Amino acid sequence: MRMSYADTTQRLGLWAASFRKRGFGTPLASVISILVYGGLAYCIWLAVDWAILSAVWSAKDVARCGDTSGACWSVIDARHRLILFGLYPYEEHWRSTLACVAIIATVILSCFPAAWSAWRLAVLWVVGFATYYLLMEGSLLGLRQVTTDGWGGLALTLFLFSAVVLLGMPMGLGLALMRRSEMPVVRLFAMVLIDFIRSLPLLTTLFTAAVVLPILLPSWLEGDKIWRVIVAFALFFACYQAEVFRGAFQAIPKGQFEAGKALGLGYWSIMFRLILPQVFRHALPSTINMVVVTFKETAIVIIIGFFDVLASAKAAFGTGEWSPHYLEVYIFVAAIYWVFIFSLGQYGEYLKGRMAIAER
Amino acid sequence: MDMTTTEDLRARSRRRKLIIQTLLLAVTVIAILGAVRSAQQNLAALGITSGFGFLDRATGWDYSFSLVERSIDDPYWRTLLVGFGNTLFVGFVSIFLSTILGLIIGTARDSAHPAINAAATVYVQIFRNIPLILQAVFLYSVLIHFPGPRQAVTIADAVFVSNRGLMMPGLNLSLGVALGLLLTLLALAVALILRKVPLLRGFGIWLATSVLLCAVTAVVLRPEGGTILSIPELKGLRFVGGITVPVELVAMITSITLYGSAYIAEVVRGGLNQVPRGLTEAGQALGLSPGAIWGRIKVPMALRSIVPPLGNQWIFIMKATTIGIAIGYSDLFYIVSNSITQSGQTLELIFLLMAAFLLVNFSIALFVNWLNARLQLKAH
Repeated sequence: MRMSYADTTQRLGLWAASFRKRGFGTPLASVISILVYGGLAYCIWLAVDWAILSAVWSAKDVARCGDTSGACWSVIDARHRLILFGLYPYEEHWRSTLACVAIIATVILSCFPAAWSAWRLAVLWVVGFATYYLLMEGSLLGLRQVTTDGWGGLALTLFLFSAVVLLGMPMGLGLALMRRSEMPVVRLFAMVLIDFIRSLPLLTTLFTAAVVLPILLPSWLEGDKIWRVIVAFALFFACYQAEVFRGAFQAIPKGQFEAGKALGLGYWSIMFRLILPQVFRHALPSTINMVVVTFKETAIVIIIGFFDVLASAKAAFGTGEWSPHYLEVYIFVAAIYWVFIFSLGQYGEYLKGRMAIAER
Repeated sequence: MDMTTTEDLRARSRRRKLIIQTLLLAVTVIAILGAVRSAQQNLAALGITSGFGFLDRATGWDYSFSLVERSIDDPYWRTLLVGFGNTLFVGFVSIFLSTILGLIIGTARDSAHPAINAAATVYVQIFRNIPLILQAVFLYSVLIHFPGPRQAVTIADAVFVSNRGLMMPGLNLSLGVALGLLLTLLALAVALILRKVPLLRGFGIWLATSVLLCAVTAVVLRPEGGTILSIPELKGLRFVGGITVPVELVAMITSITLYGSAYIAEVVRGGLNQVPRGLTEAGQALGLSPGAIWGRIKVPMALRSIVPPLGNQWIFIMKATTIGIAIGYSDLFYIVSNSITQSGQTLELIFLLMAAFLLVNFSIALFVNWLNARLQLKAH
């Protein structure tokens, strides 16, 4: 649907008229409008005054923090490197910065329709993740080596997030295919695994990977704690994503499989050339939702002892001089999460609407 | 294609399927056997005897919260049960509160009034888009930085908030009587559902009866010489009387309820949105009030599409209680994690933890399925 300028102004006029009618049509509606908008405006005023007008910005002015009623952003000015990069060596922070930019760029690029084919997305994410890993680890690029123990803050959160999505997506597809298989043992295996993992809290799964697996595995298979947790988290992601794929599979008419078979195509040809491209399209909005939820859920790794952005935030106000300013640090971290999650979520909503129109 | 090749192809395909399934089965069995073997070796090396015998041993450590009496001499089985009770308590209270709040906010999101709609949207977008654990530690930090009991923030001198938690008036009842009352009200709720009373009216009846029953019990069965209402009072450095809700519990219930209700509001809005316009317009044409249109047309129609995703949210809230360990609330995960550190019986304890969550989530799923079956339109 394309709109001309005249159309737009007319629609705006209609909207304003309807807004007046709905918001101020009766005396009661007017009173509610005034109260709610007044309350919202007052809250916004309080927030702006606290966060901007009365705030202290620079770390040098920390002495003034006691006098003002506003926020003391000095703590962010002084400690933002700790929050963003954890205990990563200070002089190597340019590497963390670039690595984080690589992951964020990967996520943003995936949102463009030009990237929407399985191959392009796979290449994009593998390249983005590899860039991150090479920069952070360093030894392969001839830089100073920093092992995963030294990673932290937002950089670690982004690492966990991208590794989980990258590993979990093919696992989810595999589980979804297994669940649709004609072979009863394969189907049962996928069903039990998916339902089992989905009934347990994420924390239980991650805790099992971190603490229980070393007992169950022979020592040569144990690996690093961080990789065990990533694989378990990816399995969790895969079990939910498999259900997303399953829903998308159900939207594909059965006749298409049969048409493929009648043409003499094998199982893998039917899947990769005929069915999966459509499945990915149908699954896109729910997949974005899953990715957003995964990013939010990474915050839980603080409990099993990782130095993620929430843990580094706690460390940032942990020292005596900054401890009164815990509120500013938490709000800073909450704002980081909020911006990521809100924008991705809105994008998912927009996509859902667009696809609903295309389907009509 | 002649017959033999087709037969050949069929046989080959059957054989391949058989081989794949056998392989998968074999790998699973080998993985399980391997895990058992290395568990035996690793446990032997650590000097731990497996089995559930440790459940009878005294724990020797204390934790933050329990609904019943506790001591450090409690055996493990009792401590674990208390933890399970704490999880269920926080879970069900949060489910109850966030369902009611979600219904209100979701209705506001569906409202034609732009201001109400805007306020609800702001609520949902704030609380849904920040990780739950961050909201919980944030709220916990704010609460423990509240002034002490002497300078507690108060509402009408009956409700106090201090760094010790929330103090509020309660009925002056002994624990046994309170428990009996709770069970009676639960039975009443089940009876109302079984008698097929419409959900909303049923809830109204239940609420009215609860208030009445509580008032009557408090008047009749109060402890010797006690007043009917017990109101918190500052005596020296601490509060006496009323109900004290510790900081951890306040932070848990509040954060889970805010987060959960934002999600449930979206579920409710989706359901209300799906009610055909014509039905509401028919209600308007009949001269029904907006309240009647909402309660008699929209909600009953919407419930059918709300209940399945609502059940998922309930299960999600139950699972979300595991964040308790981040703020020191002694839920089941906290207790299990502590027990593992103290006793070393990792495998047994993680098994109990998983079994408990499977049991609870399975029960909720069964209940939701049953509710769903009851709500579906009967075929004529």
